[in-house]
Amino acid sequence: MTSALTLAEQVRSGTVSATEIVERHLAAIDESDGAVHAFLTVLHDAARRQAAEVDRLVAAGQDPGPLAGVPVGLKDNLCTRGVPTTCSSLILDGWCPPYDATVVQRLRAAGAVAVGKTNLDEFAMGSSTENSAFGPTRNPYAADRVPGGSSGGSAAAVSAGLVPLALGSDTGGSIRQPAALCGVVGMKPTYGTVSRYGLIAFASSLDQIGPFSTTVADAAALFEVMAGHDPLDSTSLNRPAPRSMGSLDDGVDGLRVGLPRELIDGVAPEVAARVAQAAEVLDAAGATVTECSIPELSYGLSAYYLLAPAEASSNLSRYDGVRYGLRVDGDDVEAMMRATREAGFGAEVKRRIMLGTYALSAGYYDAYYGQAQKVRTLIINAFDHAYRNADVLLGATTPTTAFPLGDKVDDPMAMYLSDVCTVPSNLAGHPAISIPFGTDAAGLPIGVQVLASALCEPLVFRVATVLESAAPPVTAPALAAATWSAP
Amino acid sequence: MTDAKLTREDAAYVARLARIDLTEDELDLYAGQLAVVLEHAAQVAALDTTGVEPTAHPLPLQNVLRADEPRPSLDRDEVLAQAPAVEDHRFLVPRIMGDVP
Repeated sequence: MTSALTLAEQVRSGTVSATEIVERHLAAIDESDGAVHAFLTVLHDAARRQAAEVDRLVAAGQDPGPLAGVPVGLKDNLCTRGVPTTCSSLILDGWCPPYDATVVQRLRAAGAVAVGKTNLDEFAMGSSTENSAFGPTRNPYAADRVPGGSSGGSAAAVSAGLVPLALGSDTGGSIRQPAALCGVVGMKPTYGTVSRYGLIAFASSLDQIGPFSTTVADAAALFEVMAGHDPLDSTSLNRPAPRSMGSLDDGVDGLRVGLPRELIDGVAPEVAARVAQAAEVLDAAGATVTECSIPELSYGLSAYYLLAPAEASSNLSRYDGVRYGLRVDGDDVEAMMRATREAGFGAEVKRRIMLGTYALSAGYYDAYYGQAQKVRTLIINAFDHAYRNADVLLGATTPTTAFPLGDKVDDPMAMYLSDVCTVPSNLAGHPAISIPFGTDAAGLPIGVQVLASALCEPLVFRVATVLESAAPPVTAPALAAATWSAP
Repeated sequence: MTDAKLTREDAAYVARLARIDLTEDELDLYAGQLAVVLEHAAQVAALDTTGVEPTAHPLPLQNVLRADEPRPSLDRDEVLAQAPAVEDHRFLVPRIMGDVP
């Protein structure tokens, strides 16, 4: 896979046309996505029109933008005007939003070309993309294994070489976990740096849009294009977004790196070994690596699986068969709503709505939801304390490499444990990145995670760049498309 | 304190609150599965959080206002075209009140 920045440079300099690049990737999707099922919708015509517009700007001597002609996959919970946006749910099957998400507008303004909408766990609830009403996505490294989730389609699309860039959303690890399992870069920005306008809400205090790519520099470039204040999102930070592109190669000399045992103990030995290897790389590059303990992180998963379902049960009350999406008729309005929601939601979404409704119900609110909010405070305070002695933290992204399809679908708690290393950053609103760092003995990708305090994206990208330069070479996945090449 | 057990009746009550017509089989399934998740959540419920303030949101949020000036909105026909049922430029729903006596 030629990096996105290289492709954009070729287009900007007139060496290669955007049309040629987009045609090449559309052909790869048509040829190879049958086996991967990363895409729910492919935008052949719209992508061609947009590529032609980029080529027109280049021919006219105008600036086509920093991501000119770069094909991008969009997770199908991002609104695209006039284009089906399903959230992988039957309740939104066929729905076409009347507006574009802010990130979609910003990508277009930067010259990037949306080539399709990618598969996800229904409403982004899941860690394997098996909870899609339209069938699972396959891991490009092993077709009988999951790509992770919920942004599994975006991760698999980049991993297989179908697109150089994709967007995902990360509520509890939904970008970083599939990135790790598919051997690509995936990053969750600081809460509030990227507008959520047009991102279909799952858990509003945790959701954040972020990039997938094959290189750290591409992820940083995509983040910079998306980030920045948006008056249409009342939780958007009204301050300049952190800039990282100028400091990617500043190295880690003198940086303090903490290794919290809560993000290492308990993960598979081969994953822990890669984290140790990554720590050695940073040490050799001049960083001071220190083991530490943040005991509160071990409560993150339990708090998350009360808070996120609680927010989801509220957010998903809007799917009532009145204004958009599916309607199943009933004798009165409430019967219609109950029948619509029974028919339209899949098993995991119902499970989370039930859990959240229970955690918010009279008699249980204080013990579950209220208590989880207090534990969230404990986790934030514990991070703040850890960052007095460390500039960044390093740990595993996931406890294991990609697991077989079907392995955890009947055991929700086992599935939820896939997120144990990623949820703390969401609870705190902090940035974190997963970068590919070798494989296990079976050749399945392993990701290591770099975490930092709010708005410290430049640090995250700097450390990730050092790790990337020393990572074991990435091997071609079994389901690689013709457009795949080593990063 | 919390009781990690979740009965089938609890599940039916919660399903009513959430406006989902779960089947008998689903009620059995979710009662069992939610009990397992709540058991895991019990470690949170058991923590001593005396004096700890709750966090609803990672940002110190305040109300966001804009100037009260007209600006473009979504196109009405485009919005209504996505609705399951429409009448006279409005969303149409089944009856909400009981029969007229």
